[in-house]
Order: sequence, then C-alpha cells, then structure tokens
Amino acid sequence: MAVKKYKEVRQVLEKYQNDKSALIDVLHDTQAAIGYLPKEALGEIAAGLGIPVSRVYSVATFFKAFSLTARGRHLINVCMGTACHVRGSDKVLAQLEKELGIKDGENTTDLKFTLETVNCVGACALGPMVIIGGDYHGEMTPDKVSEVLKNYS
Amino acid sequence: MAKLKSPGELEALRNAIVKKRDPDKPCITICNGTGCQAYGAKRIVAAFQEELKKQNMEGKVDIRASGCHGFCERGTVMVIKPKDIFYQRVRVKDIPEITSETIGKGNIIERMLYTDRSTNQKINCEYDVPFYKHQKRLVFGNNGLIDPTSIEDYIAVGGYVALTKALKMAPEKIIDEVKKSGLRGRGGAGFPTGNKWESTRNAHGDVKYVICNADEGDPGAFMDRSLVEGNPHSVLEGMIIGAYAIGSHEGYVYIRNEYPLAVKHIKTAIEQAEAYGLLGENILGSGFSFSIKIKRGGGAFVCGESTALMASLEGKVGEPRAKYIHTSEQGLWGKPSNLNNVETWANVPLIINNGADWYSKIGTKNSKGTKIFALVGNINNTGLVEVPMGTTLRKIVFDIGGGIPKGRKFKAVQTGGPSGGMIPESLLDLPVDFDELMKVGSMMGSGGMIVMDEKTCMVDMARYYTTFLEGESCGKCLPCREGLRQMRYILDGITEGRGKEDDIQLLAELSATLVDASLCQLGASAPNPVMSSIKHFRDEYEAHIKDKKCPAGVCKFGDAKG
Repeated sequence: MAVKKYKEVRQVLEKYQNDKSALIDVLHDTQAAIGYLPKEALGEIAAGLGIPVSRVYSVATFFKAFSLTARGRHLINVCMGTACHVRGSDKVLAQLEKELGIKDGENTTDLKFTLETVNCVGACALGPMVIIGGDYHGEMTPDKVSEVLKNYS
Repeated sequence: MAKLKSPGELEALRNAIVKKRDPDKPCITICNGTGCQAYGAKRIVAAFQEELKKQNMEGKVDIRASGCHGFCERGTVMVIKPKDIFYQRVRVKDIPEITSETIGKGNIIERMLYTDRSTNQKINCEYDVPFYKHQKRLVFGNNGLIDPTSIEDYIAVGGYVALTKALKMAPEKIIDEVKKSGLRGRGGAGFPTGNKWESTRNAHGDVKYVICNADEGDPGAFMDRSLVEGNPHSVLEGMIIGAYAIGSHEGYVYIRNEYPLAVKHIKTAIEQAEAYGLLGENILGSGFSFSIKIKRGGGAFVCGESTALMASLEGKVGEPRAKYIHTSEQGLWGKPSNLNNVETWANVPLIINNGADWYSKIGTKNSKGTKIFALVGNINNTGLVEVPMGTTLRKIVFDIGGGIPKGRKFKAVQTGGPSGGMIPESLLDLPVDFDELMKVGSMMGSGGMIVMDEKTCMVDMARYYTTFLEGESCGKCLPCREGLRQMRYILDGITEGRGKEDDIQLLAELSATLVDASLCQLGASAPNPVMSSIKHFRDEYEAHIKDKKCPAGVCKFGDAKG
C-alpha cells in the first residue's frame, strides 16, 4: 500500500464516513485544507472512497471550483456575472492581468496571487465585484486596482 | 432545546417566545445578507453593540442581524422598529449618532433617510419607500424581520404553523391543494408543482427523494441565495410538507459553494429543526419521519438541469441524460425523486396556511402567486423585487427600480439569464408571467432581470451569453458542444469587425439545430439571447456587419476591416 501523504485527506474522509456520494464535498474540504488538489490527494481520495482515480479526476476537472495546481496566497476572484459584465468587469480583469502580469487562471511567480474568474457571487448591486481572500471589493474600476492590491502582502 | 412531541407543544413554545418579547421595545434590524456584508454590515452590528455599552443603553434596544432586505443598492440598510424608520447607506461612522439621536432621543437623522428620486422628498418609513411600496412581499417579507440563525425568530412570526396543519391533512389533500393553487416551479420551466408531486407520489417504490435546488447558476440572479440566507426555515418547512405529501423520508439541499453564508445558514437551520424535532424521527408526534442532508455543488451551470444535478448528488460528473424516463420515476440513485427550486419550496407554507383559493387569486390566469426578481445591471435601485405575476416590466423597471442611472435611455431588459431573451422598449408593458415571456422569445428562468441602457451593445451581450454557455456546456452532446462554439466564433467575428453578410442567417440555422437536437435544456435554450437580440435589435447586427460600427460604442474594431 502506498504511503499516505496527506493527513488532511484522512480527516476529510473520516468526516464524510468514506461515503462515495460525498465526493464533491470531499474535494471541496480537501481543497480548503491543502489549498488545491494535488495528484497524490486525488489517489488517496479514490482509495478511501473505493472508486477509480479516473472518476475522482473527471469530477475534479469537470467542476469549476477545483484546482489541480498550487495556488497563490491570495486568491483573486473577479466576478464575470451579467450584472458585473454590464458594468465593465472585463476592463477590471484586463487591468488586473496587466498589473499582475498573469492571465485568468494563473499564479504570480512569487505565488502571492492567483487570478480567477467566477460567474456570479450574487452581490450584483456592488458590481463590478472583486473578491480577494474573503474580502469583497465592490464598485471596482481599473483605476482602483493597484490601490486594492497594495493591501495584500 | 427539547424535542417538540406535538403541535400543541409547538404552539406553547411560540406563545412563550412571543410573550417574552415586548412589541414596543425598539429593535434595529440590520441587513446582513451577502450584499450588505460586503458593505460592512457585520462591523455595523459590532459597532452598535459597543456604542450601546458606551452610552449606557444596553438592554434598551434589540439588535438583530437580519436576512437580506432586498434593497442592495442602498446598503447597508436598517430598519428601526416599532416606528419602522428606514436608514440607508449606513456606515460604521454613523453609529454613535444613530445611537444617541434616534435610539436615545427619538430624533430622525435626515441625511440617513432615503430621498425619493422624483419628488426629492425624504422618506421616513420603509413601507413608504417606492422600492418597497410597489412590491408584494409574501415569500420574501419575513427576511427583514427575523434573524436567520434563530429558529425562535421564525417560530415567533408563525413559522411551522403550515407544517402542523399539513400533518393533519391526508397527503393527497395537500397535493390537491397545491395543484389547485396553480403554483408553478420557480426554477425556470414553470412546471405545475402539484402535478410533479403527484407523479412522484404515484411512482413505484418505497424509497423516494425530495430535493431542493439551491444551485443558483444564473449569473446576475440571487433571490435563492437571499432566501436560503435570510429565511432558511421557510424553505425547510416547504420541503418537509412536500416530503410528507409525496411519501419521502430523505431529502437533499443541493447548494452553491460560492454562497458560503447560505451554506452556513441552511446548515444551522437543519440542526435547529432537528433539535426541536421538526426534522428527524416522528415529527411533532405525527409518525412521519424525514431528514435533510446538504450537498454542495462544484460550480456548474448545467447542474440546474435535473438529471445533471442528481448525477452530481451521487458524486458523479454533472452530465444530464435524456429524460424519456422522468426523474419523478427514476431520479436520484434510480429512485423516484422530486426536485423543486428554493423559491418554489418557500411558497408551499403560504399555500397551506392561507389556502389554494387565496393563493390562486394572486397573479394571472396561468401563473399564480408572486415572483422574486433580481433587478440588476443599469438600474438605479439594484435589488430583489417581489411582485405578483402579471406585473408589467415598466412598473418593475421604472416604479420599483427607479429607472436608468446617469440620465441614460433604457434599451432592453434580459430575463431568464443565459437561457432567456432580450426584451426591447416596445414591449415594456408586457405583463410578466411564464407564458407572456415565452411568447416574446424569452423565459421566466429563475428570475434574473438585467436592465441594459443605450450604452450596452446587444451583439456584445449575445456574445457574452454565448461565451458563458460555451464554457458551461458539459460537452456530452454534439449540437451544444460544437454548435455553441461555432456561434461564438461568428459573434466574435461580428464584434471584432469581421462580420459577413450571411452571418445572421448562419446563426439562425445553428440556433435551430441546437433547439431541435440538444440533449438538455442548456443547449435547447442557449440560442435565446442570440435569436431574441437579432429579432429585436437586427439594426445593431447590421451596423456591425455592414458599416463596421458599434452603435453603442462597446465593440472596438481596431484595424480589422472586412
């Protein structure tokens, strides 16, 4: 038997009593604990739930919420929902990409930031909305981007 | 908390809770929905508690972190009861003054009041604000009154009365009542709820499931989030009644992980209901047992499709299947399953409490009750709006929504999200219900209503929705997977100045194929934004294609000519 690398996976599996129908919840909790879903963790989850790794992999890649690569310390989520789009979220995203020198879905080389887009966070009155970690930055404009980024180290 | 063993014990508990509360004692309800929390509502609650201590007024006033009040544009909003004074755009720095002046001396602070846009007058009370005055908040009304993390608050306003009433009725009688009420599914398709319940009840097998779809995937819509966040027990009560009527003992809430507060509140609500014996074994001594589990989604729009949602609940990839066998016969794990949306479930207690006759008097001939819309985009009063079915778009956009900001002109309203269509100014007097929206090439959807002004390019919007859907297509069936990609290529071309004469014809042909041949409704309804915008705004497409111009000034053509 392969060496178990991630104690986080073991804890999550215990919480869901190795129930294979809880796969999505297991992936959520594992990602929350480790920061992303490393390859070895997917294998350990598959073994724990008694399902093929291929199924774990297909679910982990099908849903937008999961990341199979390491992410930066601060996750930037740019809302691209319709209300934010109508108010110019694409320009905010373009400015973030320019300042950070990365594209949507990438990390900065120092692993400080990860830039991702989400479809809607339901805070449409404050659009365009950018969420960094748990902080909501509403009514964003391209001009405000560098100011907001300064708050994170 | 002891388990309640009979309806009588629930009544006694309610009386005890109400008796303890003084209706004349000032109570500040502060909106703590996700929107207002983004404005800093949590800090405001803390600041109040600190300030009351500082000014020696502890105990003189109750502070309640309530669910979403709906008027997100003016957040953080608060209402000071019993006089219902409505303060808006409240910030932490305002708290000392509100505490000393309004709570302490009863004086109203003018600058915190809402100013009517048309008359320029200050308005004191919540119910006089035009945004609220023109609404009918049957489902959503309690959101602003209760603390969603307190089951006692819900019980105090009459919560779980409908459940006790339902448990005394025969299941068939409940189904009859829901059928007679005319309630149709609020998730999008508008299928008659009572009929769905009946088919699941009559389906073969002992194990049946009841599922709540709280995976609100429509970008720009957040009424389900606000209901689950702000009044989770109303959803649970509806589900328990439905389960009893259908003969189900296991239920699931499938909820978006992007809504952390909603996940937290529904979890708390389930634990509280279990502790009081309103969920679990032998509910209120009736002999009926029912439990609910929460499952989080992974962020896939296609999981709004019932079969895809159920696959996801089983821990599989969220791909839909053909529905020649309905999920009411074979759904979750091959068992009869009844899936309804959050808002549908929250309507159920109303129907049981007030009766089908009362309910069916609200709305239009074939669409009964109220509907909550998320009014967003280029609109003055962004927020959640609950109106009777049949209310005109004009009333929603202008009387309630306060019209378009910056003095700009209204261009269109988009209903039904990425599956819906764009409705032009000429149809503003359209009464909004399931059938009228279908007639103009749109749909109700879950209730997103995106307002667009003259600076919005309709071709760009069609491209936006098509790009969204292309990304969300699960890829299982070819028409949707490849068709959407081709449509997006064409729309990219038009918006980048590479449009060709026959592009519109080609889009129409691809659309027809998607409608006819897609496996599920994601693909079949995907052409709606494109086709409705061509129908109503053909001149904009032609300006892009022939003149290489974007009339709204959104699309930048650069040097790409011809």
